[in-house]
Amino acid sequence: MMSDRTENHPNTLQVQMIRKQFGKGLASKEVLGGLSLSVADGEFVSIIGPSGSGKSTLFQVIGGLEKPSSGEIWLDGKETTGERGHISYMPQQPALLPWQTVAGNIEFSLTVSGVDRKATKLKTKEWLERIGLDEYADAYPHVLSGGMLQRVSFLRALLAPQHLMLLDEPFGALDALTRLQMQQWLMSIWEENRRSVLLITHSIEEALFLSDRIVVLSASPAVVLKEFIVPFVRPRSEALWTDPRFNEMKQQIYELLKVGVREGVCSHGGIN
Amino acid sequence: MGNKRIVWSKIWPPIAVLAGLLACWQAAVTGGVFDQWIVPSPVSIVQEAVKIWPRLMEHTAATVQLTLLGFVGGSAVGFVLAALLHLIPGVRTGVYPLLVLSQNIPIIVIGPILTMLLGYGLLPKVLLVMMVCFFPISVAMFSGLANPDAQLRNYFQMIGISKWQLFWRLELPHATVHLFSGLKIAASYSVLSAVVAEWLGTKKGLGSFMLISSKGFMPERVFAAVIIIIALSLTLFGLVNLAERLFIRWRPVKEAE
Ligand SMILES: Nc1ncnc2c1ncn2[C@@H]1O[C@H](COP(=O)(O)OP(=O)(O)OP(=O)(O)O)[C@@H](O)[C@H]1O
Ligand SMILES: [Mg+2]
Repeated sequence: MMSDRTENHPNTLQVQMIRKQFGKGLASKEVLGGLSLSVADGEFVSIIGPSGSGKSTLFQVIGGLEKPSSGEIWLDGKETTGERGHISYMPQQPALLPWQTVAGNIEFSLTVSGVDRKATKLKTKEWLERIGLDEYADAYPHVLSGGMLQRVSFLRALLAPQHLMLLDEPFGALDALTRLQMQQWLMSIWEENRRSVLLITHSIEEALFLSDRIVVLSASPAVVLKEFIVPFVRPRSEALWTDPRFNEMKQQIYELLKVGVREGVCSHGGIN
Repeated sequence: MGNKRIVWSKIWPPIAVLAGLLACWQAAVTGGVFDQWIVPSPVSIVQEAVKIWPRLMEHTAATVQLTLLGFVGGSAVGFVLAALLHLIPGVRTGVYPLLVLSQNIPIIVIGPILTMLLGYGLLPKVLLVMMVCFFPISVAMFSGLANPDAQLRNYFQMIGISKWQLFWRLELPHATVHLFSGLKIAASYSVLSAVVAEWLGTKKGLGSFMLISSKGFMPERVFAAVIIIIALSLTLFGLVNLAERLFIRWRPVKEAE
């Protein structure tokens, strides 16, 4: 179902042979070793890789905060290497301004992303109602629970006009139960509002549950070890967890990661 | 209601202790432990203050004027300098270490130099108070501007915030918390330095009034002036605290305490 959509549309994101090296000379360290991947329009792609392999660095490069040592980033058919403001982003921590209300935070981020101020107000209100947080619209962030904050943070990324959403371990800081609820919540919203998503996660289950495709990275310098197409039909439900194919794929990815980590350790003397 | 009762239960113990101390003082003086003309009794201080009230208020007004001019002026300069240092990176590395070092200079000693250069008018005194207030504010403000939450900064840079928006919407609001701790220090310093500035030579103000009274062996007047100075200092500090409460409402209540 997804696949014919992706074939007909140009890629939202094209990462071409990105190398990234920190430092110079003997002390230098190559973190990204010629990495290529793509995200099609409306596609949900997850990145899994060992800790410290350079996933966040890849996001910094895509977002234009770090310049790659070589390689190019293309967004919506235009080269944007080193340029900022072309993506919408959800970090691991909610990153809400403590001196702004919940609604104020969303509105401000949207104006930064280039949305007209008036339009942000209506949209924000409508969506906060939709996700059941309208009574917190005028509350300051410290009043909200971790799960609520991440929902606000996700909403802020979702409403931004940019085509690509980068999610960097969005649920990593949540407890297991909240995490499961958040995955289902995100899934239901995303299935109604297909956006191009690139998600970093440490959880193979999370990646399998949410994505159309999974990209497995090696330890540093990170390269793509393998890509997996996730074949499960949408809308997906919890029933998936007990699907034998689900567990089989989980096992495959797990084995691949184990090998990737071991190789990384052998050649580079350790990971974070 | 309940809230008021809690506040009251916090306030009355120190007031009781203070009243007790005053009573002891009064008793000690009337009982002849100290001589009246060296340590006056609280009652005689109040009597003297009431007698010369209009004059006392004139001096108080002069000191308040000097304090406020210096405090506001010094804060403004400190604020602007911190912002400039922050926004112009080249200047930062050269000036900031000097700024931190200069905090250790007792500014008061510059007083006589200022009078020498600028005479006995209001200007050198205001300058002195400004200089005292300026350092704590610029240092507090600068460190506040320089390190807002790294994750917030990263997030906003990822979505393409401009340098100006970053300054106005992220760094400046973050720095206000620091700014207020600088303002509190400056508030206490400003009254003190205004009084010292008045010692340097003038006919007006509580500082000179104290000096003249002590030379004329009028201890009641000296004590009355000291009490007013303490009250001024506490009032200014209280006002800054109040402003902070009004300004930084977003903070969790526990943290603000
Ligand atoms: N600015 C920098 N300067 C030097 N080294 C850096 C810099 N940023 C990241 N690194 C290094 O790059 C490597 C990859 O870091 P990165 O944060 O991208 O990993 P990650 O895959 O996101 O890890 P995790 O899964 O733990 O979040 C780390 O070894 C880190 O020390
Ligand atoms: Mg990371």
